[in-house]
Amino acid sequence: MALTTAANAKKALSPPRRAPRRTGIDRMDRKRQRWGWLFVAPFGVVFLTFLVAPLAYAFWMSLQTNTLATGTTFTGLANYVKAFSDPIFLGGLGRVGQFALIMIPAQMIVALVAALVLDNLSTALSKFSRLMIFVPYAIPVVIGALMWGFLYSPRFGPATDIFGLIGLAAPDFLAKGSIFASLVNIVTWQWAGYYMIIIYAALRGIDPAIYEAARLDGANGRQIALRVKVPMISSSMVMVLIFSLIGTLQFFTEPQVLRAVAQGAIPVSYTPNMYAYSLAFSYSQFNYASAISFSLGIVVFIGSYLFLFVTRKQSGLK
Amino acid sequence: MAILTPRPDAPSDPAGIGPTVIVRRRNSGRDGGRRIGSHVLLLVLVIYFITPLWWLAVAATKDTSGLFSGTGGPLWFDKDFNLFSNIAGLFEHQGGIYWRWLGNSFFYAITGGVGATILAVLAGYGFAKYRFRGRNAFFSLLLGAVMVPMTALVIPTFVLLSNIGLVNTIWAVILPSLLSPFGVYLMRVYTQDAIPDELLDAARVDGAGELRTFFQVALPLLRPAIVTVLLLSVVGTWNNFFLPLAVLSDPNLLPVTVGLNNWQALSNAGAGGEQVWNLIVTGAFVSVLPLIIAFLSLQKYWQGGLSLGALK
Repeated sequence: MALTTAANAKKALSPPRRAPRRTGIDRMDRKRQRWGWLFVAPFGVVFLTFLVAPLAYAFWMSLQTNTLATGTTFTGLANYVKAFSDPIFLGGLGRVGQFALIMIPAQMIVALVAALVLDNLSTALSKFSRLMIFVPYAIPVVIGALMWGFLYSPRFGPATDIFGLIGLAAPDFLAKGSIFASLVNIVTWQWAGYYMIIIYAALRGIDPAIYEAARLDGANGRQIALRVKVPMISSSMVMVLIFSLIGTLQFFTEPQVLRAVAQGAIPVSYTPNMYAYSLAFSYSQFNYASAISFSLGIVVFIGSYLFLFVTRKQSGLK
Repeated sequence: MAILTPRPDAPSDPAGIGPTVIVRRRNSGRDGGRRIGSHVLLLVLVIYFITPLWWLAVAATKDTSGLFSGTGGPLWFDKDFNLFSNIAGLFEHQGGIYWRWLGNSFFYAITGGVGATILAVLAGYGFAKYRFRGRNAFFSLLLGAVMVPMTALVIPTFVLLSNIGLVNTIWAVILPSLLSPFGVYLMRVYTQDAIPDELLDAARVDGAGELRTFFQVALPLLRPAIVTVLLLSVVGTWNNFFLPLAVLSDPNLLPVTVGLNNWQALSNAGAGGEQVWNLIVTGAFVSVLPLIIAFLSLQKYWQGGLSLGALK
């Protein structure tokens, strides 16, 4: 993933050994290299303004506390102590952790199975399927969640009819006990196709001669898929996993949209991001909300790095 | 299969052909079974992925009572076809604000997406083709930024923007959308492979300046990556929900995602005149069409491109 290539990039771009003597050409070359800054500068400005500055400012705000009695005062890490002992924040973190454990494997399995099946076929149906499985990626997450909200709803949705066919009462998808699974389903529906395309493209990049070799060694289709294809695309898999990990930990849109139809089942503080949003915009606690945002950022950052560290063999990261 | 094609000089030995034919037939039988299994699996997947969209398309043709108790059930058409009256309703409800939201979404997605792409192309080229002081430090910082959850930036960005009075303006959505560290990363990786240094040196020897070298030599070679980054950032901005939800309160500035969500929240809250289920459904249907059409018609551009970062 990112870091693999960064390492390669560094290797590839480390300056070639140069004569120690400074020549006129060398000086001209160094002057030319400064153009690099001009190319990078516009992005650098945006990077500083909308990434570094908000992060620094959030950190600064999170070190302060605003109360009606004393106004804004510097309170050091007190907000972080509060956050990491706040049962609502910790509960939200635990919940997105649970989502990560269920949702990421669910998306990966669907994406991987679809990609492996599609890789073996080249019929009209397989081409059509590839597009149809990918189409939900083109649907904005809000619209996807709205749509599933209707489908889950006992008033609008087809569940009553479908379950009625086999003589069963439809489950209440929006009840407290089932909302978790309902959300997992929405996210899987929305993203599995995108991940499938990434994995599929990686599979297409493998030299088919390798399959011939495996077949000559007596491997059957399933063995080729699991022992040859999956290991060969592990760096793509790591990239997909890291995307979905980062996405899952900042879970916000789907539960926020479904809240309107499942109010009893999704509290305002269901995920850390929802908690930060309600702290900021319903209670005007911007200092504490910043601390929550920053803490979530740190957790995601550490989580992704740990993940990259654990999978460094698969991703090729040295 | 090329292996099985008999060479012209192969001896026409019936004993040699016989077993081959049998083996092939047995193979094709087994493959046939597996192919049927694969196709059944694909059909199940397609039904799963397409049913919600089918529901949306069907539901967009119903009026509110048809949505609740249509004659054909939720997954089939009602006896009345109301798509056009629903679309007309979108023009009437709250002075046709829906179309304004849709226009806003386009505007934000195009300006934010094109802007982010331009910055990413320039920066990716700078990182890949120049060895300036501080380059590696900046690039490491940028790679770290890929891991920063963008939603964690929303609240601090809101506070920063409100300090300089930009909250509740179009800039509050467009400017933060210009940030795409992943786009820069993709462009750098691609530029490095697609543009040999010798080519740039040749252009320089011929007397082209740095800018001219970039525009006339490098840029045309970067087209596949540019299309991909453009697509990713346009979709990203088009999808964005948390940022506009936080920084915009003027109904006239909302993108369609936030606007429809507001309608849905109001309809669920239940005030009679606010229950516009048919408009929400039709609005959702109309709003997904442009992107679906774009993806289906631009297939050849994105299919390889989306995996750019992974293939490395």
